Amino acid sequence: MPKKYQTPLLDELEKGPFPSFVTEIKKAAAKNDMAADELGLLEKSYKTKRGYWKHGGIVGVRGYGGGVIGRYSSLAEEFPNVANFHTVRINSTSAFFYTSKFLNEMCDIWDKYGSGLTNLHGSTGDLVLLGTNTENLEPIFAEFSSRGWDLGGSGSAMRTPSCCVGPARCEWSNIDTLEINYAVTQEFQDEMHRPAFPYKFKFKTAGCAVDCIASIARADCSIIGTWKGKISVDQKEVAAYAKNGMNITEEIVNMCPSQCMSYDGKELKIDDANCVRCMHCIAKMTKALKGTGEKGATILIGSKAPFVIGATLSHVIVPFMKMEAPYDELKDLVRKMWEWWDEHGKNRERIGELIIRRGMREFLEFIGIDPIPQHVKEPRRDPFYFWTEADLQKK
Amino acid sequence: MALPQRRTDIGPPHYKDFLPPVIQKNYGDWKYHEILNPGVMVHVSNKGEKIWTVRVASPRLLSTDTIREHAALAEKYCGGYIRYTTRHNVEFLVSDEKNIEPLLKDLKDKKYMVGGIGPRISNIVHTQGWVHCHSAACDASGLVKALMDEFADYFTTKSLPNKVRLAVACCTNMCGAVHCSDIALVGIHRKIPIVETDKIKNMCEVPSTIAACPTGAISPDPANKAVKIKEEKCMYCGNCFSVCPALPIADPVNDGVAIVVGGKVGSLRSDPKFSKLAIPYVPNNPPRWPEVTSAVKTILEAYIAGARKHERVGEWVERIGWESFFKATKLPFTFQHIDDFTIARETYRNSAAFKW
Repeated sequence: MPKKYQTPLLDELEKGPFPSFVTEIKKAAAKNDMAADELGLLEKSYKTKRGYWKHGGIVGVRGYGGGVIGRYSSLAEEFPNVANFHTVRINSTSAFFYTSKFLNEMCDIWDKYGSGLTNLHGSTGDLVLLGTNTENLEPIFAEFSSRGWDLGGSGSAMRTPSCCVGPARCEWSNIDTLEINYAVTQEFQDEMHRPAFPYKFKFKTAGCAVDCIASIARADCSIIGTWKGKISVDQKEVAAYAKNGMNITEEIVNMCPSQCMSYDGKELKIDDANCVRCMHCIAKMTKALKGTGEKGATILIGSKAPFVIGATLSHVIVPFMKMEAPYDELKDLVRKMWEWWDEHGKNRERIGELIIRRGMREFLEFIGIDPIPQHVKEPRRDPFYFWTEADLQKK
Repeated sequence: MALPQRRTDIGPPHYKDFLPPVIQKNYGDWKYHEILNPGVMVHVSNKGEKIWTVRVASPRLLSTDTIREHAALAEKYCGGYIRYTTRHNVEFLVSDEKNIEPLLKDLKDKKYMVGGIGPRISNIVHTQGWVHCHSAACDASGLVKALMDEFADYFTTKSLPNKVRLAVACCTNMCGAVHCSDIALVGIHRKIPIVETDKIKNMCEVPSTIAACPTGAISPDPANKAVKIKEEKCMYCGNCFSVCPALPIADPVNDGVAIVVGGKVGSLRSDPKFSKLAIPYVPNNPPRWPEVTSAVKTILEAYIAGARKHERVGEWVERIGWESFFKATKLPFTFQHIDDFTIARETYRNSAAFKW
């Protein structure tokens, strides 16, 4: 029988309508020693207002440099069953689709070798197995990999890529986000499992500019689906939206960021040349409007959280790339970017930070892309810029 | 018992093996979708085939018991097919319309919270907190639970001008999407790390510790093979602690929660935006953080009262101006609100046209 802890503070978080993580820990703690000590330790944190986890150590499975995050408690004597309590990252499926068969198998393995606690999913998109000790790592890996599942990324490596639901269940997707995600993951297995980069590298693929996977904010390489043709308009459906109470002038036309739409009460017109493909009108009138013509993706680079220079959003590098399997153009671009980052990146420097430090010119020249206005919001304001010998020779 | 033969570098299984038949048949051929109620939507293909999605809330931290329950429900009503969203919701994928009502009833009986679709508060993206992280300045799951209990109606029934994306990060490392969310919480420190001079030479690499500091506050202390921290330069970000465990910064008395607002990731109507500081510090008050939930409520209510239909929090604030935001919310404006970090001069007001 696992140890039973009194948890008056955490018990408060079992009240109320939202499902309780405390109830989850208690369910696991009823039959698992590790989960029981996790519960006791957490109650202590709630009492003292501080955490008791130490930094990760080097721990993992044979032949891999990542996929397991070492976690040790600083209160090993008081809570011996979480003295070491490592995270195992399992590479999730594209768009997080599962079957009951797999989920049950996963639970069987995890009940046998771990705490019985998980995150579905971690922030990056891994299927996170939360807490096991060092000797269980090889068995867990053998059980998962023999069933066709692999570990995700951690450390200075390619992290587990993730994507939106895309063409599987969304009418707005301009690209096959699931297949791109799968192809990138498979192509760069070595880069994922054996950390060799200056720091982490994340891919996120979104089917359109709604960006349900937050790629523009949370990926070193953001792949966002878009199109080059017109927005087709089904005027009958437009009339139906109006009839059902939508104020098309206020809600659609006036909210268009490029002011490229007009509506006279009968017909909705779009000046496609001035459309920036922001997705507002399409998202609000999905039955009436659709992007048509050539489909592809905008490739943006460099978003990350605040450390060290402040948070950044990804910025445009390739305005339009056709996205057709086997995605060689994307893979070649990625390899080129990594080569430059490997060469110049400092320890713990993300690629976006390196671009800011060394300048867009060097980056674009290295990957072989000419400057275009779409790369910037506005040109520079200062008169301080470089000229190369080659620039001076140009007539 | 012998272990099965391990395999390496195989990557994840192909997603097609996990898609319901109706999705496989209509992959990339969806025509439109309709939100039938806050917890149910239907996608209709060009062939006229349909898939219904029933969304329920999840605390993200799940026990195997609960996952088995998800699996059992998926087997009973969805042919065994289920997915999870980027915001940690659970989605039951129903191919047969007549299974929707029994599924909803079963979910209700089992006390699941159904909703989160459309212009509402969906699940909160968040981090590990005290549950499993070394650098947490506050818990994350507890804050999420307290907030979602408070705003449960905005998940299950009530609608908002547009969706409101909440996020919680337990330190400024921001593993959650705090920097681009409508309303977000981030755990912060307010005092400099303790320099455990004796431990540094055994635990830390001095150059990388110095390089980890965004403000250049750390310098070498060669006599002790350690580092020194200039108090007046330190902004308490804790990045040095991530590199060097001998610089602990957790402080139960002074740590707390900052609230940032107005971020978004989509390009709809306006470009993606960063979240900006609304409240520099709210005390860390577990288990239910009443000061935090009350502050978030103040901001949310001001947004509901002031925003036009389809405006996100950040779009509303930009239209009315930040001076009006502080007026509408009655939140105090302090020195902490004025940027003195890397983009300070971009944030000063270069115009005499503003509101009183």
